[in-house]
Amino acid sequence: MLESEAINAERMRADFPILSRKVHGKRLVYLDNAATTQKPQAVIDALVRFYSTYNSNVHRSVHTLGEEATEAYEGSRKKTAEFVGAKPRDLVFVRGTTEAINLVGSAWGEKNVKKGDVIVATKMEHHSNIVPWQQLAKRNGASLKYVGLDTDGTLDLAGFEDLLREAPRLVALTHCSNVLGTVNDVTKLCSMAKMAGATTLVDGAQSVPHMPVDVEEIGSDFYAFSGHKMLGPTGIGALVARKGLLEEMDPFQTGGEMIREVFDDHSTWNDVPYKFEAGTVNIADAIGLGAAVDYLDAIGMERVRDHELRLLDYAFKELASVKGLKIYGPSDTRSRAGVISFNYADVHPHDLATILDEEGIAIRSGHHCAQPLMRWLDVPATSRASFYIYNAHDDVDALKAGIVKAGGLFKV
Amino acid sequence: MSSADIYREIILDYYRHPRNFGKLERFDIASRDTNPLCGDEIEMQVKVGEGMKIEDVKFTGKGCAISQAAASMLTELAKGKPLEWVRLLAKEDVFKMLGNPDLGPSRVKCALLGMKVLKTGAYGYLGAHNDDPEESDLP
Repeated sequence: MLESEAINAERMRADFPILSRKVHGKRLVYLDNAATTQKPQAVIDALVRFYSTYNSNVHRSVHTLGEEATEAYEGSRKKTAEFVGAKPRDLVFVRGTTEAINLVGSAWGEKNVKKGDVIVATKMEHHSNIVPWQQLAKRNGASLKYVGLDTDGTLDLAGFEDLLREAPRLVALTHCSNVLGTVNDVTKLCSMAKMAGATTLVDGAQSVPHMPVDVEEIGSDFYAFSGHKMLGPTGIGALVARKGLLEEMDPFQTGGEMIREVFDDHSTWNDVPYKFEAGTVNIADAIGLGAAVDYLDAIGMERVRDHELRLLDYAFKELASVKGLKIYGPSDTRSRAGVISFNYADVHPHDLATILDEEGIAIRSGHHCAQPLMRWLDVPATSRASFYIYNAHDDVDALKAGIVKAGGLFKV
Repeated sequence: MSSADIYREIILDYYRHPRNFGKLERFDIASRDTNPLCGDEIEMQVKVGEGMKIEDVKFTGKGCAISQAAASMLTELAKGKPLEWVRLLAKEDVFKMLGNPDLGPSRVKCALLGMKVLKTGAYGYLGAHNDDPEESDLP
């Protein structure tokens, strides 16, 4: 494939074994990519190859298998770091975005957030970028404040500036909303937060899989993302920290692997990033993530982004003709990712999801782990379709037909 | 599973025009629960009358057609019955009430939320515990 060539999603489907299965006798139309993506054969093969040819523990095994496993694991760290413009030593492998944020909340937060401090989050955060800060604020006597949203579902910049005047200790915000699809200008927001003296954490769970990301350019102190939302296995993700920051932090979990020396009454810590990877690490899935990075690198993230924008434009056009359907979030597709949250007449999202499932269409329904945002939207739930590289116009057509069918059943 | 089978006219009617929807001015039992998976929400109020009978019952809530219709139908069924009837109520009774649709594992919780709320309230009133493992919160 040429770098400039558009993605041929139909052809790409051949790389994903699951996409050839049927659901209720229909072709699987998978539109729940913001929840998790499907896995290409290359990722599945990487896992099978590890377990069937060089399964071993890493770092301290001197034998051949141990050396091969270590090389693959660290090779994956290097690839994953480079994928987001970071250095391998600044990347900690974690279970996923949630664990990354909890790690920061504990290892950085306990030491740096004090009584009376302010933590700033936004109304469009996923629970994973809210609850760890609530808990930290509770433990340390700090307060958690939220940046509101404008009516179009973008961040209220004036409100953000107001909160920055309170000199927050930390600003935690998402790069891309998992509900509204809003893409935040995190480079600008991090720079503003930095000028106000705040440390910044960006939740990249919905951005790294879908667009080019360079953490150096963004200038965040912490950047977190998950492997399973970018073609990789579940149970693996990454926390990327600004150079030197990990060194200043206390350990997260303690035990094996993360130590330098252990005495009866005290211990010293291993170098970073190993200091934050206690116990036997998730070797196989880290290697699987490396294979996912290779797959995405071969396509090119600019092309992934272009593909999703084209699909988004098509979906907006098609869904606009469905009477009674309301789409949430920015109307300008350029400022959103391939995520469409909507409600359709008085058909509850769960009922719609059930009806679509019967057509082989997988969408998400519910609060999307963003209850403060649902309250702001003043809806109990939404339906959400989210795209990836293997989705094409035929998937949007199927979605639309499914919604029309639901309309018939519910006599909308 | 067929959605035409689930979303029959009667279910949609109860969804759009729920019977016994609202609040009681005087009540002896109030209980509320949500389905954390979907955010479905049901609150029930019961007025206990002579002979430990359900003199009146109303519910409020929001959620999908299945959860709201099932809760509403259940209030109609429960009115006039002794509290003991609630204790003996089984999920099969609720399925039957809904016309035995094949809901599939993820939607069963929606159908049973109203029953769970009613049972929790009745058990609290009767001083018993809702310890039926079938009613646990496991998805």
